[in-house]
Amino acid sequence: MNRRDFIKLMASLGIGSALVLEGIDKIGAAAEVAPDSKALPAKHWGMVIDVSKFNSPQDFQKVAQACHQYHNVPDIDDPRHEVKWIWQEDFEHTFAELESEYLSEKVKQLQFPVLCNHCENPACVRVCPTKATFKREDGIVAMDYHRCIGCRYCMAACPYGARSFNFFDPRPYIEQINSDVPTRTKGVVEKCTFCVERLAKGQQPVCVEASGGAIVFGDLDDPNSSVRQVLKDNFFIRRKVELGTGPSVYYIIGGGGASA
Amino acid sequence: MYNRGKIIIGLVIFGLIITAPFLLNMVQANEPPEVSLDTPVINQLSEKECVESADFMRSQHPQLLNDWRDQVVREGKTVYVSSSGKEYEMSLDNSCLQCHSNRSEFCDACHAYTSVDPYCWDCHGGGIAK
Repeated sequence: MNRRDFIKLMASLGIGSALVLEGIDKIGAAAEVAPDSKALPAKHWGMVIDVSKFNSPQDFQKVAQACHQYHNVPDIDDPRHEVKWIWQEDFEHTFAELESEYLSEKVKQLQFPVLCNHCENPACVRVCPTKATFKREDGIVAMDYHRCIGCRYCMAACPYGARSFNFFDPRPYIEQINSDVPTRTKGVVEKCTFCVERLAKGQQPVCVEASGGAIVFGDLDDPNSSVRQVLKDNFFIRRKVELGTGPSVYYIIGGGGASA
Repeated sequence: MYNRGKIIIGLVIFGLIITAPFLLNMVQANEPPEVSLDTPVINQLSEKECVESADFMRSQHPQLLNDWRDQVVREGKTVYVSSSGKEYEMSLDNSCLQCHSNRSEFCDACHAYTSVDPYCWDCHGGGIAK
């Protein structure tokens, strides 16, 4: 056998076995899967937060508590180890780039609920070496905790500090475990999921329900959606747009035109 | 051959040591694990069936769970249509562990026997007592 014949033989063997393996794979295919018929459809989920409706510490607490209780987020006091999905931040830390010495006291004292911005161009997804964090087709930046190796590149990349790391088993710090959703484990990063598992069942996110109308959630791609209606009628700001991340969380300051 | 006797005795001892695990297991009767289906939810079912046949579940449940995870987390598909046409929510917490709430008698029985240590419970089934 000369070299030409040998290469031909090997190539045809290779193609043949690939076809056979492909066939075996198809035979093993399991039953069908489908989305829930009640699932809320959207091309780009987004959130609008009306800051004028967050006045007292209770307004923040009821939202954060509802979220953290539902998602089994541990309550750890030590700020080096704490885990948070949605929390309260002051103006200076929320909109650092808008800081000015002539800013009115009223604006300086504003408090904002902050969370993962589910960016259009998420830095965390770009840096994740295992594709544990990824952007879904509906715009939600989701995580597969099974694949997270705890390298924390995403935490370094996120300009909003929206991610928390589990330095130890979080379960002892969860007062009452909600058995509807899993907890996390030691060594993985976690963050807000826009309640993706609730959207799949046709429910609104927990924070939206708990906020009593202060947070609006909907499809940014749909001109008739609730979020687009609110954005049309109000001046809004987003966090660190100059970085090109394209955050999907919008803030309206409210209180008439004076403070905007 | 020099030292024939010593070498042969040495070889026999060596052979016995190497095959000891197999020989000992042949002598020992190895009890198969007892898997319990005695949970409140299963007892109330009129028709005691899982999402697929018991044989399929016994051999394929790790693959099935991996597929479920990828479909739910990556594709957003949450409903499993079984080969019998019934629909189930693809969720370890909200489907599997609702019936199989007896981890130590069900899951651990086989996992300990086959010496595998899956980390499912690090995150899942936290609300269910062990």
